Amino acid sequence: MIGGLFIYNHKGEVLISRVYRDDIGRNAVDAFRVNVIHARQQVRSPVTNIARTSFFHVKRSNIWLAAVTKQNVNAAMVFEFLYKMCDVMAAYFGKVSEENIKNNFVLIYELLDEILDFGYPQNSETGALKTFITQQGIKGQTKEEQSQITSQVTGQIGWRREGIKYRRNELFLDVLESVNLLMSPQGQVLSAHVSGRVVMKSYLSGMPECKFGMNDKIVIDKAGKGGVTDEVGKSDLGGGGSTSGKQSIAIDDCTFNQCVRLSKFDSERSISFIPPDGEYELMRYRTTKDIILPFRVIPLVREVGRTKLEVKVVIKSNFKPSLLAQKIEVRIPTPLNTSGVQVICMKGKAKYKASENAIVWKIKRMAGMKESQISAEIELLPTNDKKKWARPPISMNFEVPFAPSGLKVRYLKVFESKLNYSDHDVVKWVRYIGRSGIYETRC
Amino acid sequence: MTDSKYFTTNKKGEIFELKAELNNEKKEKRKEAVKKVIAAMTVGKDVSSLFPDVVNCMQTDNLELKKLVYLYLMNYAKSQPDMAIMAVNSFVKDCEDPNPLIRALAVRTMGCIRVDKITEYLCEPLRKCLKDEDPYVRKTAAVCVAKLHDINAQMVEDQGFLDSLRDLIADSNPMVVANAVAALSEISESHPNSNLLDLNPQNINKLLTALNECTEWGQIFILDCLSNYNPKDEREAQSICERVTPRLSHANSAVVLSAVKVLMKFLELLPKELDYYNTLLKKLSPPLVTLLSGEPEVQYVALRNINLIVQKRPEILKQEIKVFFVKYNDPIYVKLEKLDIMIRLASQANIAQVLAELKEYATEVDVDFVRKAVRAIGRCAIKVEQSAERCVSTLLDLIQTKVNYVVQEAIVVIRDIFRKYPNKYESIIATLCENLDSLDEPDARAAMIWIGQVPRSAQTIHSLGGVLFQVQLTLLTAIVKLFLKKPSETQELVQQVLSLATQDSDNPDLRDRGYIYWRLLSTDPVTAKEVVLSEKPLISEETDLIEPTLLDELICHIGSLASVYHKPPNAFVEGSHGIHRKHLPIQHGSIDTGESPVSAGPVVPIEQAQSVIPSQGDLLGDLLNLDLGPPVNVPQVSSMQMGAVDLLGGGLDSLVYLFSQVWLPAVKAKGLEISGTFSRRQGQMYMDMTFTNKALQHMTDFAIQFNKNSFGVIPTTPLPIHTPLMPSQSIEVSLPLNTIGPVMKMDPLNNLQVAVKNNIDVFYFSGLIPLNIFFVEDGKMERQVFLATWKDIPNENELQYQIKECHLNADTVSGKLQNDNIYTIAKRNVEGQDMLYQSLKLTNGIWILAELRIQPGNPNYTLSLKCRAPEVTQYVYQVYYSVLKN
Repeated sequence: MIGGLFIYNHKGEVLISRVYRDDIGRNAVDAFRVNVIHARQQVRSPVTNIARTSFFHVKRSNIWLAAVTKQNVNAAMVFEFLYKMCDVMAAYFGKVSEENIKNNFVLIYELLDEILDFGYPQNSETGALKTFITQQGIKGQTKEEQSQITSQVTGQIGWRREGIKYRRNELFLDVLESVNLLMSPQGQVLSAHVSGRVVMKSYLSGMPECKFGMNDKIVIDKAGKGGVTDEVGKSDLGGGGSTSGKQSIAIDDCTFNQCVRLSKFDSERSISFIPPDGEYELMRYRTTKDIILPFRVIPLVREVGRTKLEVKVVIKSNFKPSLLAQKIEVRIPTPLNTSGVQVICMKGKAKYKASENAIVWKIKRMAGMKESQISAEIELLPTNDKKKWARPPISMNFEVPFAPSGLKVRYLKVFESKLNYSDHDVVKWVRYIGRSGIYETRC
Repeated sequence: MTDSKYFTTNKKGEIFELKAELNNEKKEKRKEAVKKVIAAMTVGKDVSSLFPDVVNCMQTDNLELKKLVYLYLMNYAKSQPDMAIMAVNSFVKDCEDPNPLIRALAVRTMGCIRVDKITEYLCEPLRKCLKDEDPYVRKTAAVCVAKLHDINAQMVEDQGFLDSLRDLIADSNPMVVANAVAALSEISESHPNSNLLDLNPQNINKLLTALNECTEWGQIFILDCLSNYNPKDEREAQSICERVTPRLSHANSAVVLSAVKVLMKFLELLPKELDYYNTLLKKLSPPLVTLLSGEPEVQYVALRNINLIVQKRPEILKQEIKVFFVKYNDPIYVKLEKLDIMIRLASQANIAQVLAELKEYATEVDVDFVRKAVRAIGRCAIKVEQSAERCVSTLLDLIQTKVNYVVQEAIVVIRDIFRKYPNKYESIIATLCENLDSLDEPDARAAMIWIGQVPRSAQTIHSLGGVLFQVQLTLLTAIVKLFLKKPSETQELVQQVLSLATQDSDNPDLRDRGYIYWRLLSTDPVTAKEVVLSEKPLISEETDLIEPTLLDELICHIGSLASVYHKPPNAFVEGSHGIHRKHLPIQHGSIDTGESPVSAGPVVPIEQAQSVIPSQGDLLGDLLNLDLGPPVNVPQVSSMQMGAVDLLGGGLDSLVYLFSQVWLPAVKAKGLEISGTFSRRQGQMYMDMTFTNKALQHMTDFAIQFNKNSFGVIPTTPLPIHTPLMPSQSIEVSLPLNTIGPVMKMDPLNNLQVAVKNNIDVFYFSGLIPLNIFFVEDGKMERQVFLATWKDIPNENELQYQIKECHLNADTVSGKLQNDNIYTIAKRNVEGQDMLYQSLKLTNGIWILAELRIQPGNPNYTLSLKCRAPEVTQYVYQVYYSVLKN
């Protein structure tokens, strides 16, 4: 198990050092600093073995988090724990930065004592932790409160406490998708996938039982066969704005927040859960079939002699004309020996950014089924470097108001038997946002 | 409130000041002081001298202060054991506190005070806490048992804490169960044989129930523990798998990987025919792909594991090669791992895409990555023959880029392509030569020289002294090769080089090689040609394959560090942890076949086999009508020649290890007794027989005929008995055999039915041919080919046998087996055990691969045999048995 946990600033100074196991000595702190943080070459692996001691590290801005062990630990678990640790810290004091860590070091030690015992991760749900790690002491608690805390921390529903009350029961669903593309210069799709997340903000009283439904192909096909029409709530929750008329989508794989009953999903493919309070990520999913690619990038790069490049890039939007894409940014890489750039674009603004070795073309808004173009002349300094320019791919960023996977929320039902509100009394909001993930076209 | 100020105190006399503050009357001041102490401790200052003052602050009802003091205690108690005793009372008192959070805090902290004297005081409070009414205290106490065990294992056992821990597995609270499982798993690692966890179906059921309810971390503990369980049959394995598969949809990647580990292990137990087997295989692929959309560090762990899974069960991900395409912004460690997996998954179906990708990667920035990509193109050429031409032209394109390291790497891989496909792409040599001058790496220069282009300028030769040793060796060989091919043009050159190598070089290897060549060339140029220009061994398709036993072990460690390092845990873990090696479960069917030959003895007695002979007239009926003359199309060998061979063979009688058996007793054959053995001498098979006439009349007109048999064995010559056999006279004959006859599968496989005719009657008998006479002399497989073949043969074809009571060392064993054409390809020492990897080939071209495990001090060897025709392995085992036991 984890033998120790260290947090360093970018200079390699220790900010937090907590040792859980006897086999980890003080010199481990220095070993990591010398061999990884101060190492000359680039980090070649997130796991480093120094003198039979293994170091796992992750970086958050310029903060290093390192877990140390001498045993054959579950490596995936250690990384998951380090991520969780960052989440917990962020939930308590915001950004994980040197200043915040120094300001909260007592709190961090208290948290580390709670969520990692002898190197075994324990309950690390911030909702539960915040009930008793408060930096206020726990004098004022009654016996009932105490046992409520412990039963929540160890209980089956560790992520929600009893007795939550709202005057207005409300929930917000965000379907956030990032569409990833790798396209060849000839316009052939080399790989494309959507990784999506359903993020929920729920303000519901009591311990509500929720059921979430979407246009999952497997469910729809099953329902179609059985003759069951499960259209409840479709009218108020359906929507989105994809141009495709398809009814259901094939989901390659999905993972769920720990509140979702996995065995039920496995057997019936229904998503049922008691939600945490506030904001959380309900599920993640991945699709690869029938993806709507919101933009097509058509590059044309011509080398004119050894000192000049001509670049022309056309982008085409491919969705309903009534919808607007926002925050469009096209990044056209330029060679390292670029000496000057002239750009002409029909729409938006384009600038050559020497520090980033790229021409950045920004367009605020663009409707569907439109086309725009940029052309640039790049002057190059003559070099005697034999190696040709690697031509990194042209990448793109954007945001569109629909789900490129075609996912639609069919319903989200809320049942709370003990309190007197029903599914109809809950105000529900659904929003679809499609963003670019790694959206690249080779040139 | 900002705490950062505590880090900034940097004055001299700091300790003294802190001491005063710690003894301040105001609570707030004391708390501030303790914070300063902790801050100083964090940055590595020694504040142990403040021990008594800090412990004084312990008696407080301020929980925050108490936690800080505890933190201090955990760090320094060991260095101040006497004073640490002062803290005991406080712990004992806190364990009685009405607040469960304080009880838990006390029990959690006291386990971290590693002072022997203290631990005994802590037993009572711990015992109470293990039975506490509050689950939060119980789950903390469960971990505390593991802590205590780490300090004083004997005491934990004596106090009966292990039993209490086992009771907690049945606890009503899932988190208590999970922590108890974690603690027990850790403790049992240091007692591998204690069966501490006592995994029986009831307990497994409890764990599976808790699995649905506990935290993500608890699920990991439980899944890791489940993977150590060996289900008693396939039904149990399937039902566990069914309850584990939902975990594949968990958001925590460690839960997913641990579930994958359980499923990969239990898949071994499921029969392939089962529908569920294939359903399960299909279910494994999407979650593995999803892991690649996680954070880069988790991607890295996932990729290292996928690398193992792809080697073990390539079918799971063979459709998914696209997800391993490298993204421009992937961290370098992710890129390199993806590339590895791409090569493994490359096949004829996807090679076009893969090549296009690889070509793209070869233009990237990172040198290591580019080199690996170029190497990958070469691997593709070797792996997928249809693509070889495209790969070569891609490599040529890359050479045109003139990027130094790309060119060099390309030349190295082109050498391998030449080896695999000789005389096919030699036309490109000219292009390669254009780049001769830019080669500055030893590997590339050596490769270039190997390709056969010897730089002929005298200047290059003189630089022989200057270049690296590796190049010199290859250069030397290349020049000798050139001389053997075109002696007239290069005589001067070769002399010059040889004298340089033998006289001027101070490298012993180079000198030795030079002398060998020189002597070879001067004594016998013909032999020299044979030696130097011999056929190159084939180059195998797969590289960097992990050895099969190690792979199986690593599969048992999916998700863990071992799977990241691709090393068994004992390679990087010290002490008692992880010494216990893990094995994949074995399907029960194969255990049965594995054990039975041991009890039945190595060779089935001949009487038993005789009963296999069908009654006269049905199967053998047509034998009677056959002409008993020698088969046509077989060259006649006179008995004189036979005798000569026999004489020669006489010295090699070690090969004849089976004692002569009576095949045909006199009572059954009207006075003719035939006994004999089978043997193989100098690449030729013989049936050595003694004919004895126990009747009262002489016997003449002998002839012999074999029934169709599994290996197509027929006599090469007629029976060489030409004189009448007088009463009570014996004659010994050696009948040469070959395997070009008709084939029919027999049962047992090595059964041979024989008809012998003489002037009195026709007699039938049968004998079992020991399989080793079919072991051919060229049965030595190349190491790489061996690895690839071992991997290629499905696991269910692997059978394990025990050879008991054998007292030979590994070298004697390989020597003995080599006499029977069983060749040792590699010998490896794994934790003191010798592993011998061996191969042999049958006359009908069937390869049998073997792994023989010899543990010092243990007279029982384990033999694993793998073969595409598993039915022969049993007989191969019999050969091993008789060779090693005699």
